Amino acid sequence: MSESSTAPLTTSDGVPLKVSLAKALRREKLRSFLLIAPLLFFILISFVAPIADMLFRSVENAIVPDTLPRTVVALEDWDGSKGELPGEPVYAALAADLKEAVKEKLHTRLGSRLNYDMPGASSMFRSTGRKVEKFTDGNYKEQFIKADKDWGNINFWEGLKQLSSRYTDGYFLSAIDMERDSTGIHFKPEEQRIYLMLFGRTLMLSVAITVSCLVLGYPVAWLLANLPLRTSNLLMILVLLPFWTSLLVRTSAWKVLLQDQGVINDLLVWAHIISNDNRLPLINNQTGTIIAMTHILLPFMILPLFSVMKTISPSYMRAAKSLGATDWTAFWRVYFPQTIPGIGAGAILVFILAIGYYITPELVGGTSGIFISNRIAYHISSSLNWGLAAALGTILLGVVLLMFVLYDKIVGIDNVKLG
Amino acid sequence: MKFKTTVLAATAMALASSVAVAKDMTIVSWGGAYQASQKNAYTDPYVKDHPDINIIWDESSAEAVAKLRAMNEAGNLTWDLVDVDAADSFRLCDEGLAMEIDPDKLLAPAPDGTPASEDFGAQLVNSCYIPQIVYSTTFGYRNDVAEWNGATPTSICDVFDLEKFPGKRALEKRPINNVEWALLCDGVSKDELYDVLATDEGVERALAKLDTIKDNVVWWSAAAETPQLLADKEVVIGSTYNGRLFSAIAEQDQPIDMLWDAQVFSFDGWIIPTGLPEDRLAMVEDFVKFATDTQRLADQAAYISYGPARASSAPLVGKHATLGIDMAPHMPTDPANSKNVIYYNFEFWADHRDDIDAKFQAWLAQ
Repeated sequence: MSESSTAPLTTSDGVPLKVSLAKALRREKLRSFLLIAPLLFFILISFVAPIADMLFRSVENAIVPDTLPRTVVALEDWDGSKGELPGEPVYAALAADLKEAVKEKLHTRLGSRLNYDMPGASSMFRSTGRKVEKFTDGNYKEQFIKADKDWGNINFWEGLKQLSSRYTDGYFLSAIDMERDSTGIHFKPEEQRIYLMLFGRTLMLSVAITVSCLVLGYPVAWLLANLPLRTSNLLMILVLLPFWTSLLVRTSAWKVLLQDQGVINDLLVWAHIISNDNRLPLINNQTGTIIAMTHILLPFMILPLFSVMKTISPSYMRAAKSLGATDWTAFWRVYFPQTIPGIGAGAILVFILAIGYYITPELVGGTSGIFISNRIAYHISSSLNWGLAAALGTILLGVVLLMFVLYDKIVGIDNVKLG
Repeated sequence: MKFKTTVLAATAMALASSVAVAKDMTIVSWGGAYQASQKNAYTDPYVKDHPDINIIWDESSAEAVAKLRAMNEAGNLTWDLVDVDAADSFRLCDEGLAMEIDPDKLLAPAPDGTPASEDFGAQLVNSCYIPQIVYSTTFGYRNDVAEWNGATPTSICDVFDLEKFPGKRALEKRPINNVEWALLCDGVSKDELYDVLATDEGVERALAKLDTIKDNVVWWSAAAETPQLLADKEVVIGSTYNGRLFSAIAEQDQPIDMLWDAQVFSFDGWIIPTGLPEDRLAMVEDFVKFATDTQRLADQAAYISYGPARASSAPLVGKHATLGIDMAPHMPTDPANSKNVIYYNFEFWADHRDDIDAKFQAWLAQ
């Protein structure tokens, strides 16, 4: 007896049972992995890889060492704090680099890159590029300064030296309103700071939008879940209707309603609630953004709430009341706690969608109601400063993940239910 | 069996020939009235002579720079010809995304034999750009504002005069043009504008001037907003492209008049993306030669009130295609309208746009 209990169990072909079981389990796992492999592959290719590539741009700076390899090496020994311009070898290296860059038409590209940090670099490289081919050998320093006097500006050389490494933290510094110069890292002058304020405002307005969606959406979801089927179906169509209308149409409709000479102000003036000279500023400010975005995101709050409320049996409320609870107590102590998973799901959906919105704030937000995403869009499509856009995007992503972790700590992510 | 073979062969040949016949050319433009004018003046007559070419319009000009860069990085160029404004063409040319051209080789000479480089003259702002039209950013104002007591704005500085011309203004939500106008009305002469703007103090000075009307400004980001705001009485005066104001005034009969003082001239035109395969490039070059000749540029002015970029086209500008009104007096280039003009300074803005824009946005947000 005691012998058989210590000897390992084996299968009929003599393989220990443990090994055989593990093997079967592995096969099972492999099979299920193969089943999800196409989706995983698809997500990697179409979602994770592009995002990773975009995020990588926030530190990537290869264009400088790649276009000016000799100059970067020659600059290594130079120290700008002495207040002297680099020597002739640096200018000679620059001439050699530029001549090659002009042939490949890379010099203007580099100029645009440097221009993000040093305004003026763009035209400097463009005009010097036209002249550098005619430079005679020797005395390069003089020829460069003659071509563009900024080549004799020590600040430019210091900037170039800072940007000469393959990776840079410059974009991230810019994204939090800081800069680096010879004295170290510090905040930009007050009148140039913008991003931190915009991050703060984006978070604040997104919270406001989430809260107003909840306040407006909760009663609607309750009605949807408790009305007779025919009425609630009609109501459901009304909730879904905005989904079938173009975002731009909905936003423009709010313009017509909210502007100074718009429908709402006209009605209020007509009803003598406000005077004609004191029309309410409802659009082109934060109010406009909150109103229009609450409307647009409301279904994302109502639907999860509805699907959670639908599963709550009405007999709980009846039981509470039969045990002597008032309407309010029955709602607050019995019904409301059961809807919290729906609130959690709706709030996360609305908040995350709100944080990345930019079309609506651009159209109705004026100057005080725009989001950080409007600046990201500007850097992607207008200024082509994709590095800065990537840095801003990375920070935004980080903030969202942080909020997620906080949410998990406070409410618990298990408590989220979509139905 | 024989019949079947014949049918098969015929089908195969029909398929082969239809493949050979249908050549797609993707042209990127702005949509709306402007694209319609290009269709009427350029592509419709061209396709009549070249039935084998199928024009596909893509209304992506507003995002053209970013999209071209993305296409270039992905190595998958789906556009053949792109309409962009001149400032964008600088970025595209600098980034190597637009092809450098030789105007005299690519473009048709004027009817009297003047080479294209002379006929376009200074409008060829960089080595990649083929301009089509001159447009201006200028002001329109409502001509029925009771508070103005019959006065009408005649100078750019009336925009900054809240006492004489009370009411809201519409300005573009970016520094370009606004800071120039502000400095002009703060006593800077036109020749010194960009020297002043290149300094931190100059930018501060311009923003301080704009500060005097900041509370009365509605900021627009799409050019169509200003005519709408004017029509809705939301603003009494506002800046936008002159063609937008023309259609509000002439086509929609709104009570709006033009203020041409200190209008800012800029261009819109074509760039050919770098890296087109040879056959597509040949097709595009043939089209561009046709679409930018003297007659075609003059024809476009019958559909939209923008001035042709060729000197030789100006005398050929006729009447509006549907309204029948004389177009010349509505052109920004008309001598009566262009007494005081600012030329968009492309080099300056290519250098300083990001820098001044950051300050401008920070000022806006205060």
